[in-house]
This record gives sequence, C-alpha cells and structure tokens, in this order.
Amino acid sequence: MIARPYGDRAVLLEHAEPIRLLAPLRAQPGVLAVVPAARTVLVRFDPSRTGPERILDGLGRLAAPPPSASATEIALPVRYDGADLAAVAQETGCSVADVIARHSAAVYTVAFCGFSPGFAYLTGLDPVLHRPRLAVPRTAVPAGAVAIAGEYTGVYPRRSPGGWRLLGRTDATLWDLEREPPALLVPGTRVRFRPL
Amino acid sequence: MIEVLAPGPLSTVQDAGRDGFAHLGVPRSGAFDRAALQAANRLVGNPAGSAAIELTLGGLRLLLHDAATLALTGAPCAGLDYGSPLSLPAGTQLTLGAPAVGLRSYLAVRGGIACPAALGSRSTDTLSGLGPAPLRAGDRLAVGPQPPGAVSGAAQPHPRPARRVRVVPGPREDWFVPAARTLLTTSAWIVRPDSDRVGLRLDGPPLMRVRSDELPSEPTLPGAIQVPPSGLPIVLGPDAPVTGGYPVIAVVRHADVDALAQLRPGELVRFSSPPGEAASR
Repeated sequence: MIARPYGDRAVLLEHAEPIRLLAPLRAQPGVLAVVPAARTVLVRFDPSRTGPERILDGLGRLAAPPPSASATEIALPVRYDGADLAAVAQETGCSVADVIARHSAAVYTVAFCGFSPGFAYLTGLDPVLHRPRLAVPRTAVPAGAVAIAGEYTGVYPRRSPGGWRLLGRTDATLWDLEREPPALLVPGTRVRFRPL
Repeated sequence: MIEVLAPGPLSTVQDAGRDGFAHLGVPRSGAFDRAALQAANRLVGNPAGSAAIELTLGGLRLLLHDAATLALTGAPCAGLDYGSPLSLPAGTQLTLGAPAVGLRSYLAVRGGIACPAALGSRSTDTLSGLGPAPLRAGDRLAVGPQPPGAVSGAAQPHPRPARRVRVVPGPREDWFVPAARTLLTTSAWIVRPDSDRVGLRLDGPPLMRVRSDELPSEPTLPGAIQVPPSGLPIVLGPDAPVTGGYPVIAVVRHADVDALAQLRPGELVRFSSPPGEAASR
C-alpha cells in the first residue's frame, strides 16, 4: 500500500476502497482521525504514540482484507424533476424515464463526505449516467437536490452553490445538528433512491 | 454579559474547534492561531480551548455590562494592554485599534464566551455557516461561570512574524515539474488580499504540473498547500473544505501553522523544506 506523509502529523494512504480501512485504522492507538476520500484515506496521528510505519504495520498484520461491515441502508424518496434531467437524457441518448430507471435501480454506497458538512459522495452510479459537472456552477442549488457528476451521485444537504447535474429533489433531512450523527449519509451507508 | 458596539472588519467566536467530524465533511474551524488562543485563555485562568473572540485587523468595540477579566494575545491592538490579564469594572467601553504587526488577535474573557455550540464547538465556520454568525453591532455575548484555574500574571511576548514557514513535501509533489518544487521553496510569495480563514492565496511564479488529468478528491488539513490549475498556491486555513481535487504540493508543519494566521495581505512568506524531517515530530 502506498503511504505518503501529509505534513508531520498525518499520512495519506492510497486504497481503491478507502471505507474498508476505517475500522482497522480507528482501532489503532495514537490515531486521532481517519478521513476517507475517493481513492485515499488520511490518518492523523499523535506523533508521541505512533507514526506512519506503525500504522502501516498494523494494517499489514490483518490476516485478510477487512470485510464490509453490515451497513445501514437508507431509502430516499425523490421527485425526479431536476433542471438537468432532460439535458442528461438527451446527452446519454436515453429517455427521461430510462434515466430515472437507471438512477433509481442502483444500490449506492457512501464512499466519503466532503465539499460541505453532510455532503456525501455515493458510488455505484450506472456508467451510462457518468456526466461531467457544469462548466459554470449554479450560484444556488436547492436543499435536497439529487445530483450526479462524474462517477458519483449525491444530495445537497443545504442550499449552496453547486456544479453537479440536477436530477430531482428529496425532502429527507440530510443534515440535522440535533441528530447523532448529524449527517444522514455517513461513509459506508447504503443508499437507494425511490421515485415518487 | 458583553455587548458588541462595533465588530471591526471581522470578529468571530473561536475555540479549539470541532475536531473529529472531518469524515462527515465538517472542517475543524477554531482559532487560526491556536497558540495565541491558548495563551489568552491561560492568562485569564480558562481551560486552554475555551471560546474567545478572534479579531481580524482589530477594530472591535465592546461594552462590558458586568465586571470581567480579559486578556489580549496574537496581534497587539491599541486600547488594551497586551499579553496580561486585566480586570475591568462593569460599564467599561473597550475600543481596540488596528494592529500594526500581525493580523489576528484573541480576546479571552475569564469564564469563556458562552454562546450556543454546534457539534461541541462554539467556533464560527465562515464557509459552511456552522456555529455562531460573525459578530455584529448589538450582539450580546454571555460569559461562562468562573473557571477553577487562576488568573496568570505572566505577560506574553508579541508574535514573531512568519518569515519562513517549514513544510513537508507532498503528497502530490510528483504532479509538478521539478522546477516548480524548487520555486516553492525559493520564491518570496506575496499574500493576496482575498486571503481568509478558508485559505491564504499567494502570488508568485505559477507552479506547473507534469500531468493534465484531474485528481480524484483527497482529504485535506489546514496547512496543506494546494495548487489549482492557475499554478498559484493556496495554503488551506481552518475553514477549508475537508476534501479537495487540487494536488497538494506540500503541507506546512504542525508547529508552523499558527504563524500563518498572522500574515497580512501584501506581506511576503517563504517556505523551507528541512531535509530528513518528513513524518517526524
């Protein structure tokens, strides 16, 4: 596994499925934070207790790749009426009904969160629906917007600027400070979209 | 209770930050100059990470409705003796001037600022909006109960300007031409005026990449030096998003991140990469 120093108190590990490393890394003494992203995971550590070599050692001693933990599955009801739905249909040569069918047929997995609190990047998107971001992002995307960009689909937790292609909207509460955890979609969660 | 009469250019409540939520997309936020926050809190006998006011270029005017013990650290401002605890009577009006050296000041009150917390922290995240809003005229700030610690008489030295900041190369220095890696540590970078808690934007020679593909989003930390397609580096601050798709050419060493908070627009900063110190304390 390739490990690169990230400053003097963190190390960046390369891995095809970063969420599979979360539990084994968090279990190690001296590890302060573990943050997954697309193909890497960042490990922040207390240098008086551990370091990159010991962290890698701990992973190397695992007998087999860690199994995917049994994950929560969440179904999000979606009104498929997004501003980019027709354009995505045209660009992909599908009917609108087909785009909706392809998007709502898959079971997705939250690979990581980033961009803003509670914004989850979901993997498992039908390759036919892999479309680039808008060249010019919108200044305001509504809260609950269900969108796609590249290999990911996601839901904007709050109204914000955004460059993803909008397929629809959900009324589910993606971010709630009174809830524990506040994010509905956390790394490892399985997600389905249910057309209304 | 403390009433804000005028906030100055930007004053926010900051504590040690909301650590431990990066995996949910939540930046650490918290005081940009953490050492200065801790020093101010120690002076008034607070736990080191208590909520205080982070001032940007001074200018804050306050009315103390109750007697309070305060201390000012970070960038020195006229209007309050620097670096030592001061007990002031109810009715005191404080007017803090703009600092001549440094950028961010920390005003701690004995008991801490007692506004509502979000995810366990009272810090303002200026990008996502988590935490309290930046201070405005008319805001009333409650002060917490007397802490167990004692007021300290020790005066704090003025901050040293960050002329040279140490970095650890990588993780993506191999995305850049060798000349770029040299330019990073040999150039005098100018801090642009659009720098803020999200990041210090730097002017200087563009750092060119060897590859033109996109980098899948990677996790970030404050102090990471990311380089967008323009080639002009951005040193991430405490409110920066926790993932990013721009390659990070180097990361500022933990001990030198606080000094970044004191760099003023127009000032110069240089980076150095001491050999043989990667991934060590």
